Amino acid sequence: MASSPILSLASSTASSALPCRRRFLHNLKATSNQMTFLGNDHINSKSFFRTSMSVAVENSKFTDITMAPPDPILGVSEAFRADTNEMKLNLGVGAYRTEDLQPYVLNVVKKAETLMLEWAENKEYLPIEGLAAFNKATAELLFGTENPVILQQRVATVQGLSGTGSLRLAAALIERYFPSSKVLISSPTWGNHKNIFNDARVPWSEYRYYDPKTVGLDFDGMISDIKAAPEGSFVLLHGCAHNPTGIDPTPEQWEIIADVIQEKNHIPFFDVAYQGFASGSLDKDASSVRMFAARGLELLIAQSYSKNLGLYAERIGAINVVCSSSDVAHRVKSQLKRLARPMYSNPPIHGARIVANIVGNSDLFSEWKEEMASMAGRIKSVRKKLYDSLCAKDNSGKDWSFILKQIGMFSFTGLNKAQSDNMTNKWHVYMTKDGRISLAGLSSANCEYLADAIIDSYHNVS
Amino acid sequence: MHGGNASGSSSPADRRLSALVRHLEGSSRDGIDAGNHSIAAAPTSGSYGGRNSVFDHVVMGPEDPILGVTVAYNKDPSPVKMNLGVGAYRTEEGKPLVLNVVRRAEQMLVNDSSRVKEYLPIVGLADFNKLSAKLILGADSPAVQENRVTTVQCLSGTGSLRVGAEFLARHYHQHTILIPQPTWGNHPKVFGLAGLSVKTYRYYDPSTRGLDFEGLMEDLGSAPSGAIVLFHACAHNPTGVDPTAQQWEQIRQLARSKALLPFFDSAYQGFASGNLDTDAQSVRMFVKDGGECIVAQSFAKNMGLYGERVGALSIVCRNADVAGRVESQLKLVIRPMYSNPPIHGASIVATVLKDRNMFQEWTVELKAMADRIINMRTQLFDALRSRGTPGDWSHIIKQIGMFTFTGLNSKQVAFMTKEYHIYMTSDGRISMAGLSSRTVPHLADAIHAAVTRLA
Repeated sequence: MASSPILSLASSTASSALPCRRRFLHNLKATSNQMTFLGNDHINSKSFFRTSMSVAVENSKFTDITMAPPDPILGVSEAFRADTNEMKLNLGVGAYRTEDLQPYVLNVVKKAETLMLEWAENKEYLPIEGLAAFNKATAELLFGTENPVILQQRVATVQGLSGTGSLRLAAALIERYFPSSKVLISSPTWGNHKNIFNDARVPWSEYRYYDPKTVGLDFDGMISDIKAAPEGSFVLLHGCAHNPTGIDPTPEQWEIIADVIQEKNHIPFFDVAYQGFASGSLDKDASSVRMFAARGLELLIAQSYSKNLGLYAERIGAINVVCSSSDVAHRVKSQLKRLARPMYSNPPIHGARIVANIVGNSDLFSEWKEEMASMAGRIKSVRKKLYDSLCAKDNSGKDWSFILKQIGMFSFTGLNKAQSDNMTNKWHVYMTKDGRISLAGLSSANCEYLADAIIDSYHNVS
Repeated sequence: MHGGNASGSSSPADRRLSALVRHLEGSSRDGIDAGNHSIAAAPTSGSYGGRNSVFDHVVMGPEDPILGVTVAYNKDPSPVKMNLGVGAYRTEEGKPLVLNVVRRAEQMLVNDSSRVKEYLPIVGLADFNKLSAKLILGADSPAVQENRVTTVQCLSGTGSLRVGAEFLARHYHQHTILIPQPTWGNHPKVFGLAGLSVKTYRYYDPSTRGLDFEGLMEDLGSAPSGAIVLFHACAHNPTGVDPTAQQWEQIRQLARSKALLPFFDSAYQGFASGNLDTDAQSVRMFVKDGGECIVAQSFAKNMGLYGERVGALSIVCRNADVAGRVESQLKLVIRPMYSNPPIHGASIVATVLKDRNMFQEWTVELKAMADRIINMRTQLFDALRSRGTPGDWSHIIKQIGMFTFTGLNSKQVAFMTKEYHIYMTSDGRISMAGLSSRTVPHLADAIHAAVTRLA
């Protein structure tokens, strides 16, 4: 009974060209996979034969597709969920957690959504470039309402699918209009940056950034590599709270970076995923971007509201292109639209309305700033507690102050892959293999346990 | 002043400077330094003024032909203007509609204090994916029960088509996709940018204003073996002309004999005939024979969730093992595009589909929308007949779905826009959803005038 499909397989492949035998065995394997999965009931049923015979012996068109590896960042949470140990800590994904390690929906967001429910607006398509009120608000948040680039209407702003989507639109623009240019990305950088540029077919190379010896910035290496790159390259910079290291240039260093970029006619390309979330102040966290804009440079900036407004799943962000004139900005915006239309036509309304309503209402806006300051504050205090625990427990004299100097959600611990594995396997602390921990997922109650784990991994594993 | 000081012979700065020079030489009035005050040096950016832009070679893109209709309509001050461009449903009062069942679902979601806004998985909301697959393939579909369908939440129809196309360009051996002539204006761009090679197959016959079935069968018959074929599951956009069930069966047999890979665009399930199952027959016919196919689903029209961007891409595979591997590769397409999809619209759909009463209510509201459109077709047809407008206008009542391919040419369309303030796409497509009993006479007058005064 089970042999009938196989026999018909054999007869159909007889007429095919070589390698006939290999194809036969391949087909046989594919079919037998199917039969074992379906189980006896299905094999015995008439309909199984009817459907399998009616498409003859057509193989899957996708039979050669291999299983892709799990995402290195998002896969950490999956592994964490599977762990049953009671001491387990999830320091993988950068999603904010309260002291009770619960996800957090901001009060202002709940208020905005309740208002939106009352207003009962329609759900018509947004224009390709997104919600006008959101685009206005997001550019003003980034630059300040009185900034010349805003007053002169020199910023092309298009609503994008959070940071990733905005980066992708920018990458598509680079591929189309700067086909021989490459993007310089920091070493290390957020894991998805390379994927975005690869898929957009934009070449990239790395500039030195992280110095493992100091667990700090390799400033000389960074400047040297930016200088050595071909003129007119795009330089991807993290506006604040560098991901994954948490190491940001100082204001003085930013000025030198800007000097070199100007010298080489490079185009600065900022990824701003943590405005307000890093220091607690929206303006302070935008100072690097604003300094570059004040020099009259043209720049690209991708924004995200995932973290600072806790709108992760709503996918709300924007791509901004600061141009030399409003006319250029108008043209650039039209071309960004031409790239968005064949990708998803127009962006989702819900998150955009939430942002526009909060920023547009002075009470809600003030409340947001308070909530954001308290999120940033919790992370700073957890850094302090972790640092204190490490100093108290570690007698080796190792300098742990990098924990305090780093900023934002993440900390680069300086642990290597083997040590990171030890963190997970022995201590049930889930983090990414590059030694990055998310402080947003740490409670002050767990700081001592984490300190023990780090000290053990650092000293006893190589 | 920086720029143009490159040491290399053809640096990017050189190229941009050349573009600027050509630009300035080409038209002195439009040169960027020709008294255009918007680029005068601002007080705080003293060193910038008059500098070249790295984007000088970026020209103004044309307005999207479909969405651009609304842009033009919005600019028109005429009180009798009509927007028959975009396919968005309007009530008899000419207003956008949010379904009652959608409002209720939204209320439940917003008022549920246990809900969070954490990232969805890359493939989206699991409930939504399962329910969407069952909706299009049938609640008792063996393909679903056998776990050989992978479904991923995407950004409405467009996003589903793009993710599917990117996947095929990377993993499918045949990069040719055949699309019907004509088709939705965005199709060729979606597939082209994804890396597929776009060819067309005959579809619409202008002389009958119906299906060119012979031409379709010939063109599919001479397609390369294994080629991808785009089918509109129902309510073909822009023509409203669908194959009959018998014709679908012949298409299926031909497609399977040539190992063609069917890629369905399902944007109007339930909206076309008023019945969800009827509108899914073409897809289910292909799935029933055990073969593989791809379906892009949109909830923009049938749930009125346009701006929420809710859709799903389903790939029906030969077995569960293949489906699992395909899903893992779909994730690699999605992650560098937008990481994971938006939660709001998908949650609304899942809430409605999983609740028996809400589902029932939805089917009633859906049928009401479909019925109103069918009513508009009848009214327009009657109005043209009563005016004695030359020509056979029966296609208005034979065509199905939101759109009618009037058969008007671009000159006639331009005339109707100029003289009667009626906005539609230049191919003569009108959205019946934008009509009401009150406005049908005006449209009939315009068509009558256009047909009698212009060839």
